[in-house]
Amino acid sequence: MNRTKGDEEEYWNSSKFKAFTFDDEDDELSQLKESKRAVNSLRDFVDDDDDDDLERVSWSGEPVGSISWSIKETAGNSGSTHEGREQLKSRNSFSSYAQLPKPTSTYSLSSFFRGRTRPGSFQSLSDALSDTPAKSYAPELGRPKGEYRDYSNDWSPSDTVRRLRKGKVCSLERFRSLQDKLQLLEEAVSMHDGNVITALSHYREHLNIQDPDKRKEFLKTCVGLPFSAEDSAHIQDHYMLLERQIIIEAIDRHLESAGQTEIFRKHPRKASILNMPLVTTLFYSCFYHYTEAEGTFSSPVNLKKTFKIPDKQYVLTALAARAKLRAWNDVDALFTTKNWLGYTKKRAPIGFHRVVEILHKNNAPVQILQEYVNLVEDVDTKLNLATKFKCHDVVIDTYRDLKDRQQLLAYRSKVDKGSAEEEKIDALLSSSQIRWKN
Amino acid sequence: MAAHLSYGRVNLNVLREAVRRELREFLDKCAGSKAIVWDEYLTGPFGLIAQYSLLKEHEVEKMFTLKGNRLPAADVKNIIFFVRPRLELMDIIAENVLSEDRRGPTRDFHILFVPRRSLLCEQRLKDLGVLGSFIHREEYSLDLIPFDGDLLSMESEGAFKECYLEGDQTSLYHAAKGLMTLQALYGTIPQIFGKGECARQVANMMIRMKREFTGSQNSIFPVFDNLLLLDRNVDLLTPLATQLTYEGLIDEIYGIQNSYVKLPPEKFAPKKQGDGGKDLPTEAKKLQLNSAEELYAEIRDKNFNAVGSVLSKKAKIISAAFEERHNAKTVGEIKQFVSQLPHMQAARGSLANHTSIAELIKDVTNRVLLLLPRLECNGTISAHRNLRLPGSSDSLASASQVAEITASEDFFDKLTVEQEFMSGIDTDKVNNYIEDCIAQKHSLSKVLRLVCLQSVCNSGLKQKVLDYYKREILQTYGYEHILTLHNLEKAGLLKPQTGGKNNYPTIRKTLRLWMDDVNEQNPTDISYVYSGYAPLSVRLAQLLSRPGWRSIEEVLRILPGPHFEERQPLPTGLQKKRQPGENRVTLIFFLGGVTFAEIAALRFLSQLEDGGTEYVIATTKLMNGTSWIEALMEKPF
Repeated sequence: MNRTKGDEEEYWNSSKFKAFTFDDEDDELSQLKESKRAVNSLRDFVDDDDDDDLERVSWSGEPVGSISWSIKETAGNSGSTHEGREQLKSRNSFSSYAQLPKPTSTYSLSSFFRGRTRPGSFQSLSDALSDTPAKSYAPELGRPKGEYRDYSNDWSPSDTVRRLRKGKVCSLERFRSLQDKLQLLEEAVSMHDGNVITALSHYREHLNIQDPDKRKEFLKTCVGLPFSAEDSAHIQDHYMLLERQIIIEAIDRHLESAGQTEIFRKHPRKASILNMPLVTTLFYSCFYHYTEAEGTFSSPVNLKKTFKIPDKQYVLTALAARAKLRAWNDVDALFTTKNWLGYTKKRAPIGFHRVVEILHKNNAPVQILQEYVNLVEDVDTKLNLATKFKCHDVVIDTYRDLKDRQQLLAYRSKVDKGSAEEEKIDALLSSSQIRWKN
Repeated sequence: MAAHLSYGRVNLNVLREAVRRELREFLDKCAGSKAIVWDEYLTGPFGLIAQYSLLKEHEVEKMFTLKGNRLPAADVKNIIFFVRPRLELMDIIAENVLSEDRRGPTRDFHILFVPRRSLLCEQRLKDLGVLGSFIHREEYSLDLIPFDGDLLSMESEGAFKECYLEGDQTSLYHAAKGLMTLQALYGTIPQIFGKGECARQVANMMIRMKREFTGSQNSIFPVFDNLLLLDRNVDLLTPLATQLTYEGLIDEIYGIQNSYVKLPPEKFAPKKQGDGGKDLPTEAKKLQLNSAEELYAEIRDKNFNAVGSVLSKKAKIISAAFEERHNAKTVGEIKQFVSQLPHMQAARGSLANHTSIAELIKDVTNRVLLLLPRLECNGTISAHRNLRLPGSSDSLASASQVAEITASEDFFDKLTVEQEFMSGIDTDKVNNYIEDCIAQKHSLSKVLRLVCLQSVCNSGLKQKVLDYYKREILQTYGYEHILTLHNLEKAGLLKPQTGGKNNYPTIRKTLRLWMDDVNEQNPTDISYVYSGYAPLSVRLAQLLSRPGWRSIEEVLRILPGPHFEERQPLPTGLQKKRQPGENRVTLIFFLGGVTFAEIAALRFLSQLEDGGTEYVIATTKLMNGTSWIEALMEKPF
């Protein structure tokens, strides 16, 4: 884009794009508020009017008389629906809807459908063929004509059979000759043999198996099916993960119910670990099994190695788990590296800004936060985070280092009156040692 | 009742009336009192063509939702099942019929299949031993449902998946049927254009069906000049981007279903003094959104950044109008004021609702949307660096305030990444923001939407990048999503780059998909609907109308599927002589779904003074990127 510097200034400063000021004056939000005020002030005046021309709406917004509204009405109480409807019909006044009765019943169909389909209960094709009615319900295709040659392929035997299997509308009328019919049958028969059942659709079946052991055994049969190399590894991992989860679940359930282990007493498990994703499993083991030796199934390091979890992912997850337990020493250790001379250094593969955010999310105390905010390299990001999370010392020190007197002065109004921070700012502002840049 | 359907260039009320007539005729076949048992999915679409009153006029006394076991008691002569042709529904119906109390009065059963009868379903009923219980088994061809004066949808959720993943053309057949119905009502459409495999199929079916109608010549003067059939997979990009029109954002954030939206109720609570905040409604606020509402028709297609000022102007006008009552002195004047009250009252209610909705959207987008940055040449974004967080003078900012800021920051970051991709920046390497989203376990549909967007904007990802994303996603969200990833790959949304060639820049430049200068307030180009990105699908429509597709042959060859033109000859008496300056009417049919932002862009083109073409839009499904991706996700069945 060719916007010149001047244009850009103009863009950011023009009244239309009052970009970075967060005061509420003269922007769209205040316009909205203004509309709202105006609208609200009118409410009392118009409240008492009833008008027949307005569409009537029940509180849920269903226009009275609409189909979905009527189902609830007529199904709810048989007989006396009229009164109820009259009541509902009260009016579309803004203040009266609170008194409207709520619809008496709401059904959720989805709950009935779940698990209703019976796998494998497709009727045989011959049954379907034997009852071809006179009327055709699907396009009457007839024989393909020369000029529409591409059309003749639209409804190939395999398409037709696939559609039949799925319970779709389908015409069998075009299969008139014996040869056509045989081809169709052949296609239908082949649908049931292994040729067309691809590795993936076999794998898909595991979703329908609830029992963890059976599901594991099923996954085992998937390993070695002709997936792509990449997918093959994932399927293998899936199997190994569930196998491992079953073991961990059995042990931990036992530990928890025995009541001897502190971590389970203090933090009872909220759900079983079965069928959870890998990263969730890693979090779980960082939470409950952090110090375990590498040799156990539940050890985080073992998980990391077995499933080749990238460093970043591992650190993020371990950090979240240890921060949740407020185990600040573990957090510290996670980012401390020692070189061969024994000097320690702080390093975070995920960037310290992310560390800070995760710590904040877990309500880390300011002292801890401050320590990591200080490790953020980019000065703007550091200031941003420090301001956001009220790490006053970091903000003050950074402005001092930047020799930015104006910003420091501005920040003074954001700290508590008479606080140590305020004193610190005052001391800096009156210091003659600093050569301010502004 | 549905006057808004007749406001457009083509009176879609004619279609609505036709389907209503068909419904009445069926109901009258089942003489006597009736109860309807509904496949719940159908109540939304049916609600757009009929009210309960219509059914009641034809002796429908009770309505139930279809569910297992025994039917609720109802003292009626007929029980009619309104269902989609699905096997699992047949099982429920059979259960209903079989558990019917034999000692009670006998009732007649009927089935109405929507939109087609199905051999397999009837066979299933036969197997379950109940087929003989039904007196009438009919079909109701509700293919295209009028949503607005210029909008029709089949509301077929599975259409994209069926067409592009499963090679199942049922929904294309329904689309062709729907188009035949339209032609029966509005005349033969003389010219058909199309791009994509499915478009080709639909055109073929139409031509075929027309040949089968030999003997009955359509004598209606044609209303439509052209039909443009477009495959969704010609433009996989557009739905993946976040829509930035008012209606588009409502759909992105809350989801619009059959022209209704459900909103969190808090902002709609009455603010009365002394209420003390008690009795806050807990049920979602449901609102209907269509052009019957004057204000909504005015603002829905605007970029969200242009909505606030319209609302505030309206508020002033309405306040002034209500103030008029003080000036009304004579009885006549008062009478006149009162006669205007209903209209003013409706306008006031409408304004209150949309002010609340705009506030809700603001909470998500915050004002960062106002400062949506223009990208610089090197791809860095200056605006973000300068983003200052609100410094409030009281030192305790509430937690929710922080959460809100975080939400809007995230919205901003997401838009930034989308815009980088669409303008061709850094599409060939792993994106930090996407990585962060996965690490923070943002919703999988959001992650997939972004990864797919990157893939489409790079004509496929480098194998290494693709493998990296795949592994991160599977490890974080579960290995079973390998099925979903395969679906996306099959649909062409997520794939490895083949031949090492990225065609997207050519497409972007030729079709001018990325515009640097966007005027969101007073747009001059369709790119305003995505604040910079011009939807590819709509560009194709625009270029077809002027100067014609011959100018973009090269790009059309890159995009998937054939492009074609067919003519349906008209008898001389029906040939149109267009008046100078008279716009053509094009019916544009999106096979596989369309977004509200694309609809907005087409309406923008319709309204251009020298545009030359007005559009009526039809689709298999109104959708957005999230509902689209979710429909492609594999779930336990």
